[in-house]
Amino acid sequence: MKGLVRRVVFYVLTAWVAVTLNFFIPRLMPGDPVQSLMIKYQGQLSADAVQSLYVLFGLDKKTSIWQQYVEYWGQLFRGDLGISFARFPTPVSEVIAQTLPWTVGLVGVATIIAFLLGTSLGTFLGWRRGTRADLLIPATTFFSSVPYFWIGLLAITLFGVTWQVLPFSGSYEAGLIPGFSWQFLGSVISHAVLPALTIVISSVAGWILSMRNMMVTVSSEDYVTVAHAKGLPNRVVMVGYAARNAVLPQISGFALSLGFVVSGTLVMEQVFSYQGIGFTLFQAVGAKDYPLMQGIFLVITLSVLAANIIADVVYVLLDPRTRQEG
Amino acid sequence: MNDLILDIRDLSVEYGYGSDPVKVLRGVDLTLERGQVLGLAGESGCGKSTLAYAATRLLPPPGLITGGEVLVTGKDGQTRDLLRMNDEELRRGRWTDTAIVFQGAMNSLNPVYRVERQLTDAIKAHAPHMDARARHDRAAELLDMVGISADRLRSYPHQLSGGMRQRVMIAMALALEPQLLIMDEPTTALDVVMQRQIVEQISELRERLGFSVIFITHDVSLLIEIADRIAIMYAGEIVEEGPAQDLYRRPRHPYTRGLLSSFPPLHGPKRALGGIPGSPPDLAAPSAGCPFRPRCPFALDECATIHPTLRPTAVPADADARRVACLLHDRDVVPPELALTPTTSGTSEELHA
Repeated sequence: MKGLVRRVVFYVLTAWVAVTLNFFIPRLMPGDPVQSLMIKYQGQLSADAVQSLYVLFGLDKKTSIWQQYVEYWGQLFRGDLGISFARFPTPVSEVIAQTLPWTVGLVGVATIIAFLLGTSLGTFLGWRRGTRADLLIPATTFFSSVPYFWIGLLAITLFGVTWQVLPFSGSYEAGLIPGFSWQFLGSVISHAVLPALTIVISSVAGWILSMRNMMVTVSSEDYVTVAHAKGLPNRVVMVGYAARNAVLPQISGFALSLGFVVSGTLVMEQVFSYQGIGFTLFQAVGAKDYPLMQGIFLVITLSVLAANIIADVVYVLLDPRTRQEG
Repeated sequence: MNDLILDIRDLSVEYGYGSDPVKVLRGVDLTLERGQVLGLAGESGCGKSTLAYAATRLLPPPGLITGGEVLVTGKDGQTRDLLRMNDEELRRGRWTDTAIVFQGAMNSLNPVYRVERQLTDAIKAHAPHMDARARHDRAAELLDMVGISADRLRSYPHQLSGGMRQRVMIAMALALEPQLLIMDEPTTALDVVMQRQIVEQISELRERLGFSVIFITHDVSLLIEIADRIAIMYAGEIVEEGPAQDLYRRPRHPYTRGLLSSFPPLHGPKRALGGIPGSPPDLAAPSAGCPFRPRCPFALDECATIHPTLRPTAVPADADARRVACLLHDRDVVPPELALTPTTSGTSEELHA
C-alpha cells in the first residue's frame, strides 16, 4: 500500500513538472505567436485584431505570468489546448483528436505485433540456442540496423511502384468518405500494411535479441532444471518456467515502447505521408505553430507516463516478488 | 540377482567440445539396493554433482556423457538403460522413478508461481487421472509430511525461509512416491540446526515410505548418520566403497583416511585435524598413474604408472563387503593404518595415531 502511494505521488509530481515545463518553454522563446501570425498575414491585421488575438492567445500584457499559469491549468482541465496558428482558428485539441487515432492505431498495432512476434521468436531461439535457427538473429538485426527511412523507401519502391500491389501514401484512398463502410475500412487496412510491415521489420530484432538472451539466462536457473527433472512436458518447461520468467524485463520495455508510439514515428509518417501525429508535429515545427507543438508534447509526455503506470501495474501482476505483503 | 534400484556401469562424462575435453567422470560403477541410503562424498570438483546430473540425464552443456549405462528399475519392475531411452520415455520416468533435490534450495522454486502450483504440476504431468481437487489434497498432504502447514500452499517462494524452501523441495520430490531420491548437497546452504532437522526428516520419511537415497555431500560426518553405504570419490572416480560405519572407522584408501581426519570426531577424545596436503588434481591434465599419488603419504613407485581400479581390499576381515582402488591393496603392502579390523581398532585414537 505504501509502495502504491509512493508511485502515485511520483506520477503526479512528474506530470506536474512536465506540464509546467510545457507552459514555460514557449514563453521563454523570443517573439510571440501574435507576431508570427502578423508575419503570416503580412501585416494585413488591424490594431484591434492584434489586440483581440493577444487576448485570444492569453497573452494580453495585463495578466501576470502566475495568472497565466493558473489559467493554463484551468484550460487543461477543460481540455482546451489553445488555438493552432498554422490551422487558425482550429483548436489544438481538435487537430490532435484528428491525427492521434491514426498514429495510435497504426503504430500501436505494429508495436504490439512486433513485440508478440519478437518475444515468441526469442523464446524459441533462446530455448533452441546453438541450432541453425540462430541464423535468424543476424538477419533481423540487419534490418534493425539499417536506417528506417531506407527500408520504408525500399518497401515503397518494391510493393508500391515496381509490383504495384499496395498503396504507399496517405492513410486511405483519396475521395473516400470516412465512415464504417467495408470499402473505407479495407482502404485503411491496405494503406496501413506497408507502414506497419516496415515498423515490424525494423523493430522486431530488438525484441528477439532481448528475449533470447533472457531465455538463455533463465534456462540455466535451478528451477528450470528442476522442471526438467520433474518430467514436465518440454513445452510446459519452456513456456511456464523459462519464458514466464524471461518475459518480465520484456514487459517494461514493451510499456516504454508503447509510450513512444505517439512520438517515435515521425520518420515513418514522413516517408508514407501518413497524417498521424508525427507528421503533424513535423508540420507544426516547420510553421512555428507553438500551441500545436505544445499540445503534442503534452500528449507525448502524458502517454509515456500512462505507459509507465501500465507497466508498473502489469509488472506487479506478473511478478509476485514486487507485491507487498498485505 | 539382488534387488538393485540403480546400477551405474562404467559411466564417463566429459566437459567441453572439440579435441581436448576434460574427463570429469571416468568409468564410475555404482549400485544401489532397494531401500538403501548411499552416501557419496568427496572434495569439491571431484564429480559428485556431475554424477547426479549424468545419472538423470540432466547434464547441462557442455557436459557430455561419453559412455556407460545407467540401469534403472522402474516401478513396473523392468530394468532399462536410462541413457538409451528416447525423450518421451525419459520424461515419463522422471519424478515417477527418480526424483532429485538439488543443491540450490534458494533457486529451485520458480519465483512467479505459488507453492501449490509447483507441487501439483508434476502430479498433473504424470498422473492425469487425478482431478484438481485430488491434486490439491495431495499437495497439502505432502507439505504436512515435511512439517509445513497446508496454508503455505498459497505462498510464493520468496515468502518462505531457506529451510522451508528446501523442505518444500523434498515434499515435491516425494510427490509421486519415487523409488529413488537423489539429494545433491541438500543441506549445504542451510545452518547446522536446519541441516540436522532436514537430515532427520529424510531418515524418518525414508523409513516410512521406503525409498532409496543417494545422498551427495562433502560433509562425511553427516553421512555417517544417514547412510548405509558410503562411496568416496576422487578426481572423477570412486576410490573406496563400503558399509558406512566400517568405512568411517576403518578407511582402506589413503584419501579416505585423509578426508576423515579433516573432520572433528563427534565422539571420543579430541585430536588434531589433519587435512590433506596439496590440492585436487587438474582433471584437464590427467597423469598416467593413480590421481592421488602426489598427495599420498604411502605412494609406491609403481603408483606413478599404474592406474588402480576398484577391487576387494587386501584385508581378509573385509571379505567382499568393501572395495578400494589402491595399489597398496593390489600389491598386499597395506600399512597398518589402512588395515584396521574390528578387533584391532577399539578407539578412534588408533586410527589417527
